Amino acid sequence: MTGPSDWQNLFNDYGNSSFMELLRREAPHLMPGAPPPAQEAPPEPPHGTTVLSVRYRDGVIMAGDRQATAGYQVAGRRIEKIFKADELSGVGIAGVAGPATEMAKLFQTELEHYEKVEGDNLSLEGKANRLSQMIRMNLPAAMQGLVVVPIFAGFDEKAGIGRLFKYDVTGGRYEETNYDAQGSGSKDARDSLKKLWRRDMTREEALRVTLEALIDAADEDVGTGGPDLVRGIFPSVKTITRSGFQDVPDDEVRRVCEAILADRTRNAAD
Amino acid sequence: MPLPYYVSPEQMMKDKAEYARKGIARGRSIVTLEYRDGILLVAENPSTLLHKISEIYDRIAFAGVGKYNEFENLRIAGIRHADVKGYSYSRGDVTAKALANAYSQALGNIFTQDIKPFEVEVLVAEVGDENGARNEIYHILYDGTIEDERNYAAMGGQADEIRRVLKDHYSDGLALDAALQLGVRALTVTQNKTLSERDLEVAVLDRTKVRRKFRRIPMEALGQLLGTAR
Repeated sequence: MTGPSDWQNLFNDYGNSSFMELLRREAPHLMPGAPPPAQEAPPEPPHGTTVLSVRYRDGVIMAGDRQATAGYQVAGRRIEKIFKADELSGVGIAGVAGPATEMAKLFQTELEHYEKVEGDNLSLEGKANRLSQMIRMNLPAAMQGLVVVPIFAGFDEKAGIGRLFKYDVTGGRYEETNYDAQGSGSKDARDSLKKLWRRDMTREEALRVTLEALIDAADEDVGTGGPDLVRGIFPSVKTITRSGFQDVPDDEVRRVCEAILADRTRNAAD
Repeated sequence: MPLPYYVSPEQMMKDKAEYARKGIARGRSIVTLEYRDGILLVAENPSTLLHKISEIYDRIAFAGVGKYNEFENLRIAGIRHADVKGYSYSRGDVTAKALANAYSQALGNIFTQDIKPFEVEVLVAEVGDENGARNEIYHILYDGTIEDERNYAAMGGQADEIRRVLKDHYSDGLALDAALQLGVRALTVTQNKTLSERDLEVAVLDRTKVRRKFRRIPMEALGQLLGTAR
C-alpha cells in the first residue's frame, strides 16, 4: 500500500500559487540567476538600450527603441523591449538582452499562473514586488556583468491611475510619480522628459513627449537606435489604461516621429 | 493477531466504483457544447466564487463535478503541468491530450491504490485554431477511464438523461445563444424548475480571441443570451 498522496507526484504538490517557486523546484535551470561559467572575459553580449515610461491622463505609456548593441556593434535592429506582463501592466527591459527577455517571460508566466490558480489578479503593488524579487535573484549573475534592470508600469485599478516603478540591480524598487527611463540612453531621455513632461497630458501629447525623449536618447547615446526611415523601423510604444494594454500602431508612431524630425530639421542650427 | 478479512478484487473495485458514483450523483451537472466560435461550458452552480469551470492554458479549459476539494486539487495540478510545460517548451506545445492523460493516470492510480477513490469527473477541452483544426473534448471518470467526445459532453448526476437531450437537439454550427439555451434546457431535463442566470456558471473557449481563449460570461450578458429565446 502506498501513501495517499502518491498520485500527486504526477504533478507534484506545492503549497502556494507561485509559479516561480514551482519552477525553482521543477526546473531550476530555467530560473534567472544561474551563475555563468566565466573564466576569461567572454565577448560582450547584446544589450538592450533605452526604455522609458511616462504617466499621462489615462494611464501610462511605455516605449523603447528597437536596437540591441554589443560593444560597438549593432546586434539587432528590430528587438522588442516592451513586453505585456498582463492585461494591465507591462515591463520594459534594459541591460543584457538574453537574461532580460527571459526574466520578462518568467514574469509574465508568474502573473498568469497566479491569476489562474487564485482566480484573481495580483495587485499592482504585488506585481512590482514580485519583479523586484526576481531582479534580486539575478544578483550573482549581475555581479559578473549580466545586469538586468527593467522598468515596470501599469494601471492601478484600485487607485484609478497609472503607476510606474524603477529598480536597481539589487532588486531595490522605487516608485516614480511622473516618468522614468532606463538603459544606456536613459539619462538623455530623462533630461528630455524633465523639460517636456506636463501634468494631465492627453494621449497625443504624451506620445509626442515620449518619442521626443527617445529621439534625444538616440541622438546622444551611441547604443540607442533612432527611428530608422530607411528600413521603416520605429520605436515600439504601448499604452496601459483602464481598458488594457494596447500597442500604438506603427503608422501613428511613424507620423509623430516624422513630425518631430521635420521640426528639428527646420530649427537645426547647423 | 487477527487475520485481515479477504475481499476479492472484483468486490473491492465494485464497492469503490459504487461509492464514487454515489458521490458524483449527488452533485449538479455540467454540459459542454461545441458552437460556431469555439466551445461552450455550462454548469449549474449558484456560487459565484467557487468555480467549477476554469482556465488551464491559452486554448484549454477545465471543468469538474463531484467533490469540490478533489477537483480543485486536480485543477491546480493541471495549471502547474501546463505552465511548466509551456515555459520550458513553447506555448503551442501545451495540449489537452497530454493533460487529459495525466488526469487519467492520476485518477486511475488513486482509484486502485487509495482506500477512498476521488468522487469526481473532470473534463478537459481544447479549442482548435481558426484554420479548421478540430476541437478536443476529453472526459475523465473517477477510475481514470478516459473518453474523447465529439460535439457535446455531459457529466454529473444526471449525465445520461442530459446526453439524450443533447443528442436529439444538437446541430453543427450553433450560435452562442442557441448553444447556451440548448445547454440550459439539457441541464433542467431532470428537474421541474427553470434555471436563471443566477444558477449558472458559463464560460467559453472563444477561438476569435487572441492568445488566451478562455472567457467567463458575466451574469448580465448571460441574462441577455438566455432572454433572446423567451
